[in-house]
This record gives sequence, C-alpha cells and structure tokens, in this order.
Amino acid sequence: MLGVTVVVDEPVVDGDAETDGDATADGDAEAETDGGVRTYTVRLELVDEPGELLRALSPIADNGGNLLSIHHERGNMTPRGHIPVEVDLECPPDRFEGIVEALRDAGVNIIQAGANRYGEEISVVLVGHLIDTDLSNTLNRIQEDASAAVLDLSLSAPEGTEPVSSARVRLAIDSADIDDTLATIRSIGADKDFTVVEPLPGGEA
Amino acid sequence: MRLAILGAGDVGRSVADLASEYGHEVVALADSSSATVDSSGIDVDSALEAKLSGGQVGEDDPETVFDTDYDVLVEATPTTLDDAEPGFSHVKRALEADRHVVLANKGPVAERYEELRALEADSAGSIRFEATVGGAIPVLSTIEDSTPQAVTAVRGVLNGTANFILTRMAAEGLDYEHVLAEAQDLGVAEADPTFDVDGTDAALKFVILANVLSEGGFALEDATVDGIQNVPGSALDLAAEDGQTIRLIGEATREGVRVGPRLVPENSALAVTGTRNIVQIETKNAGSLHSSGRGAGGPETATAVLSDVGRLPEL
Repeated sequence: MLGVTVVVDEPVVDGDAETDGDATADGDAEAETDGGVRTYTVRLELVDEPGELLRALSPIADNGGNLLSIHHERGNMTPRGHIPVEVDLECPPDRFEGIVEALRDAGVNIIQAGANRYGEEISVVLVGHLIDTDLSNTLNRIQEDASAAVLDLSLSAPEGTEPVSSARVRLAIDSADIDDTLATIRSIGADKDFTVVEPLPGGEA
Repeated sequence: MRLAILGAGDVGRSVADLASEYGHEVVALADSSSATVDSSGIDVDSALEAKLSGGQVGEDDPETVFDTDYDVLVEATPTTLDDAEPGFSHVKRALEADRHVVLANKGPVAERYEELRALEADSAGSIRFEATVGGAIPVLSTIEDSTPQAVTAVRGVLNGTANFILTRMAAEGLDYEHVLAEAQDLGVAEADPTFDVDGTDAALKFVILANVLSEGGFALEDATVDGIQNVPGSALDLAAEDGQTIRLIGEATREGVRVGPRLVPENSALAVTGTRNIVQIETKNAGSLHSSGRGAGGPETATAVLSDVGRLPEL
C-alpha cells in the first residue's frame, strides 16, 4: 500500500532530453544554457499522517533538488481521500529523473511524470473478439481517443484466438476525466462489440 | 390489520403463514384461479395445504376478495412488465376503495410509478413496497429515514442468482454454462433464468429506487442494462490478478439507472458472495450506508411485507 502519490508537472521545459542520451525527442526551441537549472512542479498526494510530508520531501532534497515552495492543501481531498500537496523545485534537467526515481524508491507512487498528467490508475476488463478486431488498434484508440495511458495488458484466450477472449487493461488517467474516459472506452467497445467491465466510481465500495 | 393477500406463490403463502406472528389477521388469500375468503379470518393452514396439494387455495372466486372487509391488500402476484397487469389493476381497486396496499410485485412500482402515486393521492389508503427491493433488507425504509433528497445514489448487488453464478465462476474457475446448470440443480436459478442473468430483475429494483429518489420518471426502458451471460471465466481470472472481482452491480441516481457487470475490489463490501444481496446508500451528509442480507426467499420477503404493514396508519 503506497502512502504517497506524486504528480509531476514541467511547466518550463519538456524534460525529454535528460537522461539516457536518447535525443530523439522533440528537443524543441528553448536551448538550454549548460548547467541550467529548471523549475518543476510536483504534485503529491499524502496520507494524513504525521511525518508524511517530510518523508516525501527528503528524496527531492537528497537528490539535488532545490525546494522553492510547498503548497499543502489541507482541507482539500483527492478522489482517494488523500491530501494534495504541490511542490515547486528547481534542479538541472539531468537530475530530475533521479529525483522521480528516488521518490518511487521511497514508496511514492508516481502517477504523473514528464509531460503527462495522470491522476489515477484504473483497470477495465474487455471481453469479446479482441484479437480478430485488432487488439493493437483497440489499445491505440484507448490511448488517443480516451486520453489514457495503457500501463499494462493481460490477455486470456483459453480457447485460442478465435472465440471470445478477455483482456485486463490497466490505465493511467487524469482523475478529473474519469467519466469521459470510461464513456469513450464504452463507445470503442460498442464499435467492436466488446463487453466492457468497468470499475465502480469512487472506489469506496 | 386485516390482510387480503393476492398471489399464493412463495411470498404470498409466507405472508399468510407469518401474519399472526406479527399481530395481523388474514381475511382473504387468492391465487389466479381461486380464493378463500372469510371476514372473521380464514383458516390459513388449510388454505396453504390445499394450495400445495391440489393447486387451489379454496372454493371462492378471486373476485370476491375485493368485497371482503380488509384493511390492507397485499399484492404478491408475479411481476409483469409494460402495463404491469393484473397487478396494477389490483392496486387501483384497493386504493379506490380507500384501502392500503403493500406490494411485493415489482411491476407496477417500476413501470407505472406516477400513476400509482396519483391514485394514492386520491385515496385514504397508502402504498408501501419495501419487499420489491432487496427482500429482507430494509432498503426503502432506510432511504425514507434518511429522506430521499439527502440520498445521492444507491448501488449494489440485488440479484442473488447472478451473484451466485459469478461467485462460483470466480471460486472454481468454471464457465458460465457449467455454473448455471449447477445453480439450476440447487434451485438457486430458475429453469428459465433469463430475467436474472440478463439484468432485468436487478434493473427493475434500481428503477424503483430511482423513482423513489426522483419522485417518478423512470421505467425499465429508461435503464441501461447489461447481463452476465457474456462474462467468461477468463474475465474473472484476469480481474483476480488485480485483487478484483466482477459483480452484477446496479446504480440508481436522479440521472438514471444502470445495471451491468463491474469490477469491484475482492475485499470490498459490494463483493458479497453466493446469493447474498447488498446495497450501498450514498448520502449527502452521512457518508455511505451499507445493508446486506437475503434479497429473496418466501419468509425473508414476507418479513418486508409485514414490516410495511406495521408502518401503515389505521384507516
């Protein structure tokens, strides 16, 4: 059970060109002055327990991030009943990934990284002729039309690929858009004649 | 109260059987072809015996029930859709005669709610229908106590047959057809289980709940309904990988009614097993309330009918 969730925004730069030298990305405009320091906004979700804030901030400071401001939204609740915290920090782009990893290692669930804003993870189960109807097209449509990121996929076709099969798809979505995302997945399902087994809202159950 | 009971199935017979225990008297009991009527109280035991051995409850014409001196008509005939007849006409006749009506029959309350309320407004009698939603579980009275305006949604599992099938599929890794056959052998599923497994039965109950929350406006055709026939065992296996399971969940709000297979965490309150039912009543000011229990069965549903009778004012 993860106590802390992190949401990361990069208002200043699209931090693609940071680590692994894979410079394929959009390296658009904004030439970096070398050794440049960027500002990042990180949104956290904290369990309302003593020490949680410190626990979430340490990995940032310990990995070369300079804390600029902390906005602790006490009284506000995220959909999971946690307290949202917004942290502004600055660091060189090549250290940002390290900070995110350190947060993860500290048991902090990263649900938004890079330019993506994801507030929630959900699973849906699809049932139907998943393979005959082009599974990768289905997944692409979920990513594009429903603005969800497919995190993983588990497929079960016990009787071979021709009869009905089932797939569990775990998605990262923006919690504010959960209803729209599910409605879009439903309509993709209707197009392709799938049964879509959705989670219940609220998660309180 | 003096009860006239229409319908001699499991529920009607159980109401007759238990009425005296709750301080009430049965003055008429009828099935579709016969009746036994006595304004000083019928002999319930012999009527039930006659029904079980010969198929008829007595020698009287069912029409004579309406001429009897009764306080409460218990409408426990089988649920029918669309015009919800003959149940609706039974309720109408009783209200027009200024008598109370307690329904166990879902049809009129789901399909013709506004008409029922209009008839009630013109009558000295009133209608109650706790038994139509969740059998023994006090769902409607809980909503009434919380006041419907303060209830934002009602969700839950209100069909034991579908829940039994999904539970067995998940536990044994069996497929739908296999478990359905088992459920039929055990008497959990009917020979024709269509209404249970295609979601219609659950939808009727959630339509009733939406009507109560919104003071009418809903019928079965307004509900979005999916059943469990297309859920294979492999879907339940996949859900389990994630600590989840699949249940046939209904939702009623003021915006609409939806019934379908949904993912719920295996350890959540809504993941009831076997034929058990559960409702979650989401309130504006008091969080969620959960009630779980037996959603069907003769004596169980009869207790809901008799609770309703106990809540009625003297005429």
